[in-house]
Amino acid sequence: MLKKNRLIELILLLAAAVSVISVLLITVFIFKEGFSIIKEYGLFNFILGTKWAPLSGKFGILPMIIGSVYVTLGAIVIGVPIGIATAIFLGELVNEKVARLIRPFVELLAGIPSVVYGFYGLVVIVPLIRKMFGGSGFSVLASSIILGIMILPTIINISEVSIRSVPKEYKEGSLALGANHWQTIKGVILPAARSGIIASIILGMGRAIGETMAVIMVAGNSPKIPTGIFDQVRTLTGNIAIEMGYASGKHAQALFATGIVLFVIIMILNTIANVIARRVGEER
Amino acid sequence: MNKKIVILFLIVSMLSFLLFGCKSSNVQAPSSKKSITLAGSTSVQPLADDLAKAFMKKHPGTKIEVQGGGSAVGIKSARDGVADIGTSSRELKPEEKGLNEFKIAIDGIAIVVNPSNPIKNLTLQQIRDIYAGKIKNWKDVGGKDAQIVVVTREEGSGTRGAFEELVMKGESITDSAVVQPSTGAVKQSISQDPNAIGFISMGVVDSTVKAVSIEGVEATEENVKNGKYKLQRPFLFLTKDKPTGLVKDFIDFALSSEGQAIVEKYHYIRVK
Repeated sequence: MLKKNRLIELILLLAAAVSVISVLLITVFIFKEGFSIIKEYGLFNFILGTKWAPLSGKFGILPMIIGSVYVTLGAIVIGVPIGIATAIFLGELVNEKVARLIRPFVELLAGIPSVVYGFYGLVVIVPLIRKMFGGSGFSVLASSIILGIMILPTIINISEVSIRSVPKEYKEGSLALGANHWQTIKGVILPAARSGIIASIILGMGRAIGETMAVIMVAGNSPKIPTGIFDQVRTLTGNIAIEMGYASGKHAQALFATGIVLFVIIMILNTIANVIARRVGEER
Repeated sequence: MNKKIVILFLIVSMLSFLLFGCKSSNVQAPSSKKSITLAGSTSVQPLADDLAKAFMKKHPGTKIEVQGGGSAVGIKSARDGVADIGTSSRELKPEEKGLNEFKIAIDGIAIVVNPSNPIKNLTLQQIRDIYAGKIKNWKDVGGKDAQIVVVTREEGSGTRGAFEELVMKGESITDSAVVQPSTGAVKQSISQDPNAIGFISMGVVDSTVKAVSIEGVEATEENVKNGKYKLQRPFLFLTKDKPTGLVKDFIDFALSSEGQAIVEKYHYIRVK
């Protein structure tokens, strides 16, 4: 019996090792492939350079870093208010029956493949923006709208859970003191669920910054710093995906180096989310 | 607890070695005489695929595999011997020479606009200025008063390489151009946007877009063949050594009347 337990333990340990190894291998691989170009071209030239023309030996990825930041912020501006409002609605305002009707739709939203989001953006949102505001329609705005919708499930699910896990006594206390329901939500429940909501936003940011296919289809992908929300934009992920097909030599290395930058950004976001999530645990 | 961490560490390092070790043992099996590989230009790929299918039907028991990767990959694979035949959709640069070259077809590059665009003809200089970002409005080239939406392919694409070489002549394409990563995406953009301009292979022009004349020369097969239409590029098969055996048979097939009929089917221009 004891032996069997040891065996099962070992199998579980092996399974756990797969994730660890995958992360390590991928990390080693992209750093190995991409590091030499950063060293050769110079970290600051690489990160702060504004000209991307890999076949002419120019590897500045600042436009893509700023592009990723713009579309991610845009997605937050569009997705967060809707997401949090939905989470409050599902967690506080409606009874479980209605919530159970709505939740599958949120889950479905998470299940739609990103290329479908992109295609929808390409045939509906891009032409709409072109018609209303001129230009090509491929824009920061189109990307932000698509990403804003794509991050909704992340924000709704995590926020709703943290709203629901606010101790019942808080709410009862507030109501007993004479506050109405809305005052209770605003003054007690949301502040108590703050950490979880912030964590949901940061995870949503991680999703937005990592999204590739949908953004490529609606962003226009011009490698320059966008001058406004109707201007085309290229993101870090898009930079890799668009050009990897034909890239070789230094060009390919520069794409791996783009991956390193992306990797570091996502690591930072995940760490922040983890720290905040841990703080939630300690508050309880 | 400590013991578990030690075991985990050991497993991780062991598996890492295993996985890293795979890399070196994963060498390609030596190609038998009955099977060859082509790799390179994605523009050549559909045509080469069809040629391979027809060849394999004619010679049962042979296997011809066609891979993509782009012209640069094709040239490199031919030189390194990774592929039996490398394919390229552009002329080799001086530093790339030294391979056996076989021109199997010519591709015309069409400058396309939305079918609703009244523009019928552009000069090379006008196209260059549009793509360099110097001409920004259609009215400057005889069209209506509307901002030009320039659509281009990504860096490294063979079609873009051919366009830069044939049209841009050293000038660079404006950063403000919309970049689309495939011919299909370029066509989609042009067919959707009344003010867009783009470039694609002549073989894939259809009614969703309109090909403009260049310097008064219509973008037709005939004009490419007789050399009047300037925007054209060769489709090359490249080999490291003088072709023998199946490689030679396949190249001969591509240049035979049967092979060239397939070339024609793709709206590319025959070389024989």
